[in-house]
Amino acid sequence: MDLSIFLILLQDGVINGAIYALLGLSLVLVFTVTRVIFIPQGEFVSFGALTLALLERGQTPATIWLLLALGVVSAVAQVWQGRRTLSARRALAIAGTDLALPAAVAAVTMLLAPMKPPVAVQIALTLAIITPMGPYIYRMAFQPLAEASTLVLLIAAIGVHLALTGLGLVFFGAEGSRTEPFSSAMFEIGSLLVSGQSLWIMGVTAALVAALGAFFELTLTGKALRATAVNRLGARLVGIAPSMSSAIAFTLAGFIGALSGVLVSPLTTIYYDTGFLIGLKGFVAAIIAGLASYPIAGAAAILVGVVEALASFWASSFKEVIVFLIIIPVLLWRTWGAPVVEEDDH
Amino acid sequence: MSTQAPTDAAAGNAPGAEAARSGRGVRLVAPLVALAICAVVPLVPGLPQFWITLLNYIGLYALVAIGLVVLTGVGGMTSFGQAMFVGAGAYTTAILTTRYGVNPWLALPAALAVTGVFAWGVGAVTLRLSGHYLPLATIAWNISFFYIVGNLDLFAKFDGISGIPPIAIGGFVFSDGPSLYYLIWGAVALAVIATLNLLDSRVGRAIRALRGGVVAAESFGVDTGRARILAFVYAALLAGLSGWLYAHLQRAVNPSPFGLNASIEYLLMAVVGGAGSVWGAILGAGLVTIIRDQLQDWLPWLIGARGNFEAIAFGVILVLLLQNARDGLWPHVLRLFRARPATRGHHAEAGELAPRARSAGEQRADAPVLAVTDLRKQFGGLVAVNDLSFTVGRREIVGLIGPNGAGKSTTFDLVTGVTPPTSGDIRYFGEEATGERARVIARRGVARTFQHVRLAAGMSVIENVALGAHLRGHAGAVGAVLRLDRAEEARIFAEAHRQLGRVGLADLADRPAVSLALGQQRIVEIARALCLDPSMLLLDEPAAGLRHREKKQLAALLRQLRGEGLSILLVEHDMDFVMGLTDRLVVMEFGSRLAEGTPEEIRNNPAVLEAYLGGVA
Repeated sequence: MDLSIFLILLQDGVINGAIYALLGLSLVLVFTVTRVIFIPQGEFVSFGALTLALLERGQTPATIWLLLALGVVSAVAQVWQGRRTLSARRALAIAGTDLALPAAVAAVTMLLAPMKPPVAVQIALTLAIITPMGPYIYRMAFQPLAEASTLVLLIAAIGVHLALTGLGLVFFGAEGSRTEPFSSAMFEIGSLLVSGQSLWIMGVTAALVAALGAFFELTLTGKALRATAVNRLGARLVGIAPSMSSAIAFTLAGFIGALSGVLVSPLTTIYYDTGFLIGLKGFVAAIIAGLASYPIAGAAAILVGVVEALASFWASSFKEVIVFLIIIPVLLWRTWGAPVVEEDDH
Repeated sequence: MSTQAPTDAAAGNAPGAEAARSGRGVRLVAPLVALAICAVVPLVPGLPQFWITLLNYIGLYALVAIGLVVLTGVGGMTSFGQAMFVGAGAYTTAILTTRYGVNPWLALPAALAVTGVFAWGVGAVTLRLSGHYLPLATIAWNISFFYIVGNLDLFAKFDGISGIPPIAIGGFVFSDGPSLYYLIWGAVALAVIATLNLLDSRVGRAIRALRGGVVAAESFGVDTGRARILAFVYAALLAGLSGWLYAHLQRAVNPSPFGLNASIEYLLMAVVGGAGSVWGAILGAGLVTIIRDQLQDWLPWLIGARGNFEAIAFGVILVLLLQNARDGLWPHVLRLFRARPATRGHHAEAGELAPRARSAGEQRADAPVLAVTDLRKQFGGLVAVNDLSFTVGRREIVGLIGPNGAGKSTTFDLVTGVTPPTSGDIRYFGEEATGERARVIARRGVARTFQHVRLAAGMSVIENVALGAHLRGHAGAVGAVLRLDRAEEARIFAEAHRQLGRVGLADLADRPAVSLALGQQRIVEIARALCLDPSMLLLDEPAAGLRHREKKQLAALLRQLRGEGLSILLVEHDMDFVMGLTDRLVVMEFGSRLAEGTPEEIRNNPAVLEAYLGGVA
């Protein structure tokens, strides 16, 4: 391998790593706020990529039906859970977010999709279709389990993953898709060719990280989320509803997942179940960060991307194995000297 | 089983006693009936071959799910890697029998050994981490396993290995459905017996204590890390056995049935049936297999395409069960038959449990029982315990008192090995114990109770107390599975019963520990501590939550124990209780020793009065 190949691999690795970083950040966010290890994160990536692919072909993506269905189930679940204390105002709010919003998104999509709108509109539609699925899934699957142990929440997350993967197969079929790059520009930096698409990915990732930073540092909602992550009971005592923080965390997870799908879809062919593997690589980063630190998760994600790129050059059939076994030394290191503690000791 | 009439009545609480007895009848008869039904199923004339095949697969899955009962339902850990262990067993036997001509029966121990060592390695890396790392790590392991097997020539890549010989005994070959049925369900029956035996043993109590009782178990000498590994390896061995059977049933193996999705389905089976019981595991394996079979028939027709659509239903079922019936369906089936939890016989005629082996220091009588010198604990900038020194002599009751936040509980955690000190020196019987872990300190003859009661939730009162005698028993997992530990178990339970009687709670022995009033739970903790056969007792607020009469009984018991040669250190808030009971008091304030002396001296100490009453007196 000479330097130019190494640089190409490095570029590949950093770009994929940026996607893993986004997912890793989202996983850390959801875990710290809700204690849910959000295995289905990757499904949003597939859904985002494949929805965009259908819009690009001028077809109405079937995910709008999934959006409507999830909205209805979420609304029913919430009305059922709150049936004793339901006020008219609350009922109206539920109808707005869970019924009217998806209906509006679906209507606009059905109207615009056949007209083959510009890429920016397609992306906006994709994000609008996929993002609300995050909080809907939280409301129906995880909110009723809010007091359960981390382990039970994880098993529930696996259940959601199973269901969403199956639904992905129903809506998108077994065929994979790949979308057009946002930009076909190429830049030459020394001996290295840099594609416009990779600049897009880096730029969007950087912008999103900055925006998330600003959200957590500058806004009251962001601070409430941080407070919930540090101490759920304490946050509740000062008037922060954990269910609200959780719903926001899942909204961000849906948004980040869909955006990652949009970004990654021009790079590789995405199938209904590809997102799971991509999401798991975000997990590798999140685990290295102890499911706690955003900067370490980001750095670890870049490392995962680079290792993966190098592995695919040297031992392509073992690339997944090499990536997943990165966590073994990390776990060993964390295991060494870990104190004896009670699980879920409140 | 003839001496338990009084216990029965108490356990059933008078009106329920009759039901309890008939419940035990059901308990004995039901498995036999189930076994008889299982034995005749293939003999039913006209039963389609297809159903036999389905039952064979249910048996194979049930083996894996029973392992998950030990791991998840009892031990509180979860693995998404069981399919990988099935694969380890299947591939080991496939390679040995096809390439080296090894007899399948000889390949069986090899398959189990490979699976066991593999599981031990995986477990050693991840098991000591908090709960969610194990499932995540097993996901990574299982995916890696799939790709490794699928890409290495050793495993014949994704093509797999075919031509595996059937299992045979003498001239009889297990090649058709019904013969394999007996082989597989025979293995399930053995697994059920082995698992029930394991859980009802000294080692089993250690595994059962993993859910919510880790700190307490460690304080009685249980190596909980080892208990975790043991549960993990045991579950993997059952999976490996299932893999061995699978390979010789299918006569071919390839990577696809050992992927992550299969592992998820195994966990689903355990959750559906109820991970708390082996019968639930079998029920779950049956339900999931039958539902999958039905869904695979009509879902593709409904959707108009072929694919793994049953996953949607499984995912929804899993979430709904966790929300509405987290213990699975088996407890509901039991309720249908009004079965009651089993009561345990107490073998009064069992011999005495041997006393705990005394350390050299305990046998000498020169050094103080506990000597703490310049003990210090800092949490960041906060000095919780500030160069504290005190001693507890032989046959002495010493009280550690002080206002809230004085550092009493931290001191307690330091001397019991729950947290390591920043500096200073702790000696028991003149032997260095600074920074030693709780389970090592227990070996020195030091038993304790907890301020916040720590009894294992899934265990009865007597089982919790028996955990205290852990260090006085020796039976291991193999002895437990083979039922070679009965004599020792009987002695342990006789001892536990004796100690419960001593604290006056013998009639509550078979109640679930957490159903007792908080004050009673504290007393149960004292009985558990006495089961260690300690030389020293450390009691953290033993009188909290007790009524006046109970406090007097407790004080009398503690005086009696002192008379028998025990030394006692107690933290207590109840001044009347402390003043009337102790020989000496150590008063703490802001992490330091404020005063030390007899109750009389402390009562008149101006500094103490200042600290407690703000100088008013």
